Amino acid sequence: MQYSSQAVAKPYFIAAIGLFIGQILFGLIIGTQYVIGDFLFPEIPFNVARMVHTNLLIVWLLFGFMGAAYYLVPEEAERELFSPKLAIAMFWIFLVAGALTIVGYLAVPYATLAAATGNDLLPTMGREFLEQPTITKIGIVVVALAFLYNIGMTIITGRKTVINIVLLTGLTGLAVFFLFSFYNPINLVLDKMFWWWVVHLWVEGVWELIMGAILAFVLIRLTGVDREVIEKWLYVIIAMALITGIIGTGHHYYWIGTPEYWQWWGSIFSALEPIPFFMMTVFAFTMVNRRRKEHPNKAATLWALGCAVMAFLGAGVWGFLHTLAPVNFYTHGSQITAAHGHMAFYGAYVLIVITMISYAWPHLHHKAPAANGRAQLFEMWSFWIMTISIVFITLFLTGAGILQVYLQRVSDTPLPFMVVQDKIALFYWLRLWTGVIFFVGLCLYVYSFFAKDNKSLASS
Amino acid sequence: MSETFTKSMARNIYLGGSVFFFLLFLALSFDTLGALPKRDNRQNITPQVALGKKVWEENNCLGCHTLLGEGAYFAPELGNVYTRFGGSKEAIMGFIASRPVEGIPGRRSMPQFNLSNEELEAVAEFLKYTSEINAANWPPNVQG
Ligand code: HEM
Ligand code: HEM
Ligand SMILES: [Fe+2]
Repeated sequence: MQYSSQAVAKPYFIAAIGLFIGQILFGLIIGTQYVIGDFLFPEIPFNVARMVHTNLLIVWLLFGFMGAAYYLVPEEAERELFSPKLAIAMFWIFLVAGALTIVGYLAVPYATLAAATGNDLLPTMGREFLEQPTITKIGIVVVALAFLYNIGMTIITGRKTVINIVLLTGLTGLAVFFLFSFYNPINLVLDKMFWWWVVHLWVEGVWELIMGAILAFVLIRLTGVDREVIEKWLYVIIAMALITGIIGTGHHYYWIGTPEYWQWWGSIFSALEPIPFFMMTVFAFTMVNRRRKEHPNKAATLWALGCAVMAFLGAGVWGFLHTLAPVNFYTHGSQITAAHGHMAFYGAYVLIVITMISYAWPHLHHKAPAANGRAQLFEMWSFWIMTISIVFITLFLTGAGILQVYLQRVSDTPLPFMVVQDKIALFYWLRLWTGVIFFVGLCLYVYSFFAKDNKSLASS
Repeated sequence: MSETFTKSMARNIYLGGSVFFFLLFLALSFDTLGALPKRDNRQNITPQVALGKKVWEENNCLGCHTLLGEGAYFAPELGNVYTRFGGSKEAIMGFIASRPVEGIPGRRSMPQFNLSNEELEAVAEFLKYTSEINAANWPPNVQG
């Protein structure tokens, strides 16, 4: 660690991992409810547990992005963080606001929460991923502004590199597009149309800038490859991401009341969206192959390569699978969607955050470039267990999805939704058990932070 | 990547490309806003539909169901439930109102939301309005 203020990243990373555990526990709850319908009913209905699962995901990824920025920006800007105090204050505000929101979800019925938080004044609740009470949303905006101010000032008064400018652009975009979550017209079509300006323009737009910047930063450190080369790649990748991804939004405008021409725009541009993800894979492997030094943090290299590959599989391949309008007509809003959502979020954003944590943590915690060999071994095991689990979760959901689409939408005698769900329950059982294995992998990951090396084990 | 392709060329593609395609996206979006009045069934948005949407949101119905294919995949599509229930708002209201508080043993159960009659009617009206949006013939059949 070159600058002492980089240390503010530490609580952000800890919170991220803590909330990740919560996310997966609730994933297991809803996975169980899929097969044992009345599990925890009526105390924790499915919709409540699902909301906890997805909102924890978003929040911990945001913690991860912020921690990554606090670690990366000072080093790139070659100066201390503008205000470490502000960063710590925002950490607590965000954590408390997040915790209160989750408690609110679990403690009272959603309608009560909506009433208690004055949803009537500015109704923004009750839409997927944006379920937070309006005051929580306002809190998120405040935290985001303070955060952008902090890293923005650091960059402006420090060295400007392609990496920190791209990161700042991505994070600014994240905040700007989140503002559309406050736009909730009664007209359902308009509501849906602009809802995607948050969700799609995040994961298939500005978040790719964040991912690219973090990947570039870590690859420079791990491989020692010339910055010029890496920055050129970064530009080309994010160029392709935005050129394809912005109009690619059209793949959500096929069946929500928007005009039919989106079937062409959406299909063509989103069919190209795998390109930037494929380039990230080529980029990561090329840089590691051309490395000029052997970095002792082998685990971080594994996470980085795994991230590039899994993002391509989850977003690129599984995205392409259902993105063409004639296919999406049948798969829209089915288990195919869920299959893709899981592998894409895991591959791209879960893994990029863990890559950053894996690279930064030894510097933050041990004042060393790498954790001990045994800790790294646990990290690598956890990588393989979680990654293979998510691959199987995706495959099982894809199997469920294909059957669902056939039985409910394609066959000559379409069956009702609930009848079909019963018929494909086996796949949900398999998904659930694979989820348990995922959780084991996550426990190993947490354990890796505490793993001592063999020598100190022997001497104690 | 080759030496003749420089970093500043890459940067220009990034800046030029993203600005161009963002503007194109804005243009398409404006065009869509102009085309929507003919498709989105706005003439039927009454205060009752508005209340219905509020009930829909404040009970987080989307946390289990899809609506025009978006939401959760735990329970049936509701964008066309009005059609599936034979064009009967009463059937929709009756279904929501009759959910057992303790659920149905062993089965996926819908919560009892204790909606007032006004809210029940409103949410049914909202679902009727939704079913009349021109969604390019989606879903493929009445099962949603
Ligand atoms: C890392 C990047 C990505 C993430 C995190 C991601 C995540 C998701 C999620 C969570 C959904 C479900 C949204 C909902 O609940 O309605 C979704 C839908 C979709 N995604 Fe992605 N995605 C990514 C990239 C892509 C790419 C590159 C493509 C195309 C090549 C794609 C194609 C689609 C399509 C077509 C849908 C709509 C599915 C439906 O009609 O039900 N995604 N994505
Ligand atoms: C490991 C155990 C996991 C289980 C059992 C699980 C289970 C589930 C279930 C049952 C749903 C609801 C599907 C529905 O709406 O009907 C869901 C949604 C979702 N989960 Fe998970 N999950 C797990 C892990 C994860 C992980 C690791 C991620 C992120 C990387 C994730 C991200 C999501 C997302 C984005 C959605 C919304 C999907 C959509 O709208 O298409 N889950 N999960
Ligand atoms: Fe998308």
